[in-house]
Amino acid sequence: MKYHLILRVVTRLLVGPILLYGLYVQFHGDFGPGGGFQAGVIFAVAFILYGIVFGLRDLRNRFPDRVIHQLFALGVLIYAGTGFVSVFLGANFLDYNVLAEKGYEGQHLGIIAVELGVGIAVFAVMLAIYYAFAARPPRIDDKDW
Amino acid sequence: MLEGIVQNAPLLAIMLPLIAAPVAVLFGNKSVAFYISGATLVLSFALCVYMALLVSDGSILSYHIGGWAPPIGIEYRIDAANAMVMIIVSAMGALVLPYARASIEKEISPGHHTMFYACYMLCFTGLMGVAATGDAFNVFVFLEISSLSTYVLVAMGARQDKRALSAAYDYLILGTVGATFFVIGLGFLYIATGTLNMVDLADKLANSPDNKTIRAGFALIVIGMGLKLALFPLHRWLPGAYSYAPSAVSAFLASTATKVALYVVIRFTFSVYDASSGFERTTLEYIILPLAITAMFTASAVAIFQMNVKKLLAYSSVSQIGYMLLGLTYLNQTGVAASFIHMFNHAMTKGALFMAVGMVVWRTGSALLPSFAGIGRTMPWTAAAIVVAGLSLIGVPATAGFVSKWVLMAGAFERGWWPVSFAIVGSSVLAVIYVWRLVEVMYFQEPKATTKDPVREAPLAMLVPTWILILAIVWFGIAANAPVELARIAADGLLAGGFDNGQTVILGIPGR
Repeated sequence: MKYHLILRVVTRLLVGPILLYGLYVQFHGDFGPGGGFQAGVIFAVAFILYGIVFGLRDLRNRFPDRVIHQLFALGVLIYAGTGFVSVFLGANFLDYNVLAEKGYEGQHLGIIAVELGVGIAVFAVMLAIYYAFAARPPRIDDKDW
Repeated sequence: MLEGIVQNAPLLAIMLPLIAAPVAVLFGNKSVAFYISGATLVLSFALCVYMALLVSDGSILSYHIGGWAPPIGIEYRIDAANAMVMIIVSAMGALVLPYARASIEKEISPGHHTMFYACYMLCFTGLMGVAATGDAFNVFVFLEISSLSTYVLVAMGARQDKRALSAAYDYLILGTVGATFFVIGLGFLYIATGTLNMVDLADKLANSPDNKTIRAGFALIVIGMGLKLALFPLHRWLPGAYSYAPSAVSAFLASTATKVALYVVIRFTFSVYDASSGFERTTLEYIILPLAITAMFTASAVAIFQMNVKKLLAYSSVSQIGYMLLGLTYLNQTGVAASFIHMFNHAMTKGALFMAVGMVVWRTGSALLPSFAGIGRTMPWTAAAIVVAGLSLIGVPATAGFVSKWVLMAGAFERGWWPVSFAIVGSSVLAVIYVWRLVEVMYFQEPKATTKDPVREAPLAMLVPTWILILAIVWFGIAANAPVELARIAADGLLAGGFDNGQTVILGIPGR
């Protein structure tokens, strides 16, 4: 990593704006184009770019597989948990109207929570896919067949 | 609290197991994963029994997800047919889990145990969801949840046998082709009617003139689901997937996955389309019927020559699916009821067989026929379980298998198709041959002299769930009233056509 000065500097510069853009898409999603799915991918792109330039090992030390697994579980849990909050508040599963005093505010709140869950899950899954491909051993050992 | 649980019964039966999966991964501890999965599965089973009691008077339960009224919102719609399938899935799910805990100790590498439970719960959720939902596209979503986790579960057998990977890949490709066909079929239906709710679909289809879009939709749905349920020429993925998957996975899949896919075919053929006439009836009588009878014979014949016992059972499953499809084609109450009864009985039978064979594999390390030599002496309880379940597979009186074949024959006579009854008896004779091969090796061959540890009886954690199933096989072979009654109510509901014959009881809050 002594060489490729331009690459390293540009990557460092890019990672921040990409993350910011990911957050923008995430929180824009409830009343415009965007949402958790796209935001999760964009957010993961920042990390994948970092991984490509600075090496997988570096990235993997900071975000070990264990954490990634927990993150995508957490994402699903946030989504399903939102549904169960409505059930506990006496409405049907995923009925957002009871989440706030006014129905439309509840809908707003519910969709933000759900999109957050989607975003986290997609982000973690994208990273997991990247790890799975990038960490493949270059060739299969004879014993593994 | 109890009122809340009861009011949300259809939802909780499906969503609690779903929650168990991420919680298991979040804790990352296999004991936590096991207990959470177990608790949710037992609760899910209890709710399914409760719902079956509710619908046993012919009424239909409806639950509106998200507070949106159907046909716009997604609806869970449960009548006797769904309830029966859900009972099968949840009972098998709850019984296989304790077995799996012991079984995967040897078969799956320790690092994957938590993920195994998570995938198992996701698979369970998917199968239950397919059975419960009244929304055609929701069927596809749940089907994919169950299928994707199934591929992973099958691939987990790779520690035992690397061929599990290629089997899982085969299943992945063919399963995806099936799901694609299914969703294209739904697309055609949506173009033709503009709705995806099953009640609404049935209504619109009944009032629209017959056209090619609707017919093509039906063909695609039947073929797509035919792949998933291993309809005879489309069964290529099944033997590999069942024989190389970990034993617990084989037991769970063999007793649930194909049945749920079959349920989808039944639901679409009878409730969404009108099976009593026209194109759908022709499909059943001229395509499904010959294929079902071919499956009964060919797959059984292939099973006779298998050296791998799990593969033998897998081919036997293909032939048993033939029986279930056969009942449908009679288009009378007894026949359709026979399909459901056979689903129920075959789930118990094949589940018990795969679990018992899994115990032998657990002890001897191989599913090949020679490793079963002398099991009757070294593992008496396991061998006895294989014999009883084998008798049920053949259809010997006082076992569950007899009841389903009896009703199937009665249906054939009612329809006036007496040659079909010969086919049923004939293929049962083939079952006698492959079961006998197993019995012969188990009881009349000397146990192999092993050098190190001798083959002993399997641990209780595996034996008890298997014997619960064996006792259930005998129980439902003698006192078959409950499943037969439920199946007859289901058949009445299906044959009446449409999905809203019967009083609809809305659980939870009615949608807006």
